Amino acid sequence: MTKQHFEISAGYKKWTNILLGVGGLALVLGFIFLGMSKDEHAQTRFWAVLLQNSTFFLLVVNASMFFICVTTLAMGGWQMAFRRVPEAISSLVPVFSILALIVFAGIIFGHQHHIYHWLDKEHVEHDPILKGKSGFLNPTFFFAWTLISVGIWSWVGAKMRKLSAQADEPMEKEGAKKFIWNNTVWGAIFVVFFGLTVGSTIPWLWLMSIDAHWYSTMYSWYTFVSSFVAGMSLVALYVIYLKNNDHLEYVTEEHLHDLGKFMFAFSVFWTYLWYSQFMLIWYANIPEETVYFKPRMQGPYRGLFFLNLIVNFAVPFLLLMRRGSKRNYTTVTFLAVIIILGHWIDFYQMVMPGPLGEHYSLGWFEFGILILYAGLIMLLVGRALAKKPLTAMHHPFFKESTIHHT
Amino acid sequence: MALKKFVVGCFQDEKVLFPAVEKVRKAGYKFHDIYTPFPVHGLDKAMGLRDTSLHTAGFLYGLIGTTTAVTFMTWVFTKDWPVNIGGKPNFAFPAWIPITFEMTVLCAAVGMVLTFCYICQLAPFVKRHHFHPRATDDLFVMVIECGEKTNEDELKSLLNSVGAEGVNTQVAEEGWWIGRYDKEQELYKEPNIA
Repeated sequence: MTKQHFEISAGYKKWTNILLGVGGLALVLGFIFLGMSKDEHAQTRFWAVLLQNSTFFLLVVNASMFFICVTTLAMGGWQMAFRRVPEAISSLVPVFSILALIVFAGIIFGHQHHIYHWLDKEHVEHDPILKGKSGFLNPTFFFAWTLISVGIWSWVGAKMRKLSAQADEPMEKEGAKKFIWNNTVWGAIFVVFFGLTVGSTIPWLWLMSIDAHWYSTMYSWYTFVSSFVAGMSLVALYVIYLKNNDHLEYVTEEHLHDLGKFMFAFSVFWTYLWYSQFMLIWYANIPEETVYFKPRMQGPYRGLFFLNLIVNFAVPFLLLMRRGSKRNYTTVTFLAVIIILGHWIDFYQMVMPGPLGEHYSLGWFEFGILILYAGLIMLLVGRALAKKPLTAMHHPFFKESTIHHT
Repeated sequence: MALKKFVVGCFQDEKVLFPAVEKVRKAGYKFHDIYTPFPVHGLDKAMGLRDTSLHTAGFLYGLIGTTTAVTFMTWVFTKDWPVNIGGKPNFAFPAWIPITFEMTVLCAAVGMVLTFCYICQLAPFVKRHHFHPRATDDLFVMVIECGEKTNEDELKSLLNSVGAEGVNTQVAEEGWWIGRYDKEQELYKEPNIA
């Protein structure tokens, strides 16, 4: 007998608490030994790691709402059987936004100019490039645009989730038409705003401005795809977890196959953007552009640079290519974990070379914060899943999902 | 040229077809094929066909394309005719990726199309027997191969009982031939009822 309602099991709770405990300990120890340290490297490491994790996981959970809105706009029906899972994941956006805002406040008011060196006003005065960008790269604009962005993601996301709750009750034909129309309108608002933020400005502000002299027009797309493929992997992990616990009655191998296709296709798309960014800079070989790749490809980050390509391209490409492996719970779980970790490392090598240079370390604090975020995701997604029935049985497209066939 | 005997049954609707396929399969008869006016999802599973290996072939063709492109460019640019292009290393791998990619896609695509044509015996001027002309319009045509032990009458009554219409026997060329359809009649031993 499959269960319509998710209840947080004892094992789930135990693991959530363990992860939160370990992660919380790492955060506290990190704050004492790194954050409050007199050593500038240690301080920068503390804030840079928090920046990497808070932006990465915020964009990952936000990718779920993007997935919902895009499938809504495309009049997709196949995802209805598990749509409550990305919905639950996207309900983390407000919480992770607040965490990210705290980190940004710490960096900007703590004047961590090793991370964002456009914070150093005196330096900007003598730097024509940074001076030219100062209309965009300044604390006021940074905070205002960040607040507007996370505010609208959270608000429209909440609206979409609220609309979805209507699908728990039977609908008349006219009501269903109106329901679809409302979903389309709000989904369109979200997608357009998502393009203006995650698709362009937000990665410029949050991440590209670490290397403030350098710019790449591919950067935002690259960041978006990185978070999107990790977001789809997270959805796949939760779908498999729920399926293994006798939930999500209508999800079949066919749905898992399509999620696997998303993971496969967007891993390839990530590589395409990675390559498009790299190849033009490599080929033109202009010092002001190659400055970004120099420490990564030939400097102290060489190992991570190639690991990034292997983990995020070669592994999912070769292992997810077969039809059978996309329909197998074990391989999809394994690859989803690999992809999430891989893109976490991708964000790591995007953030660290600017602030830390050769003084970076991938140690207890980095993995501790990763564990903290994993615990937060488990805690909050578990709670969000328990709030609503796991399938929106009366959604007009629900039947389409139950007979879905790839 | 091998002539074989086939029992043919026609269905108006998918809803009738699927249970019929299941019953005929359970009775142990061997499908020659089921001709449908459009691709029918799940019919391959119902018929018990094994998954195609075409994609494995595609992967291998792609691999051949990748290796060809990379080895050829490596040979040209490092051994045969090294040229200094903008101070880049002779082994300029990042610059070759587009060509490698195109070559991979070309080999995989062309290879798969040709393999598909070979498997389905599709080629210009090649003709195959049509069991029912309306299979290309609105009729689902189930064709069952008769072996030596097949009881034709039993099979026909089974087909009638599962909802087939116009059940008939055809003796026809099972492979392909090159020529024209108007000469096809010479290939039949019995007049074609369809």
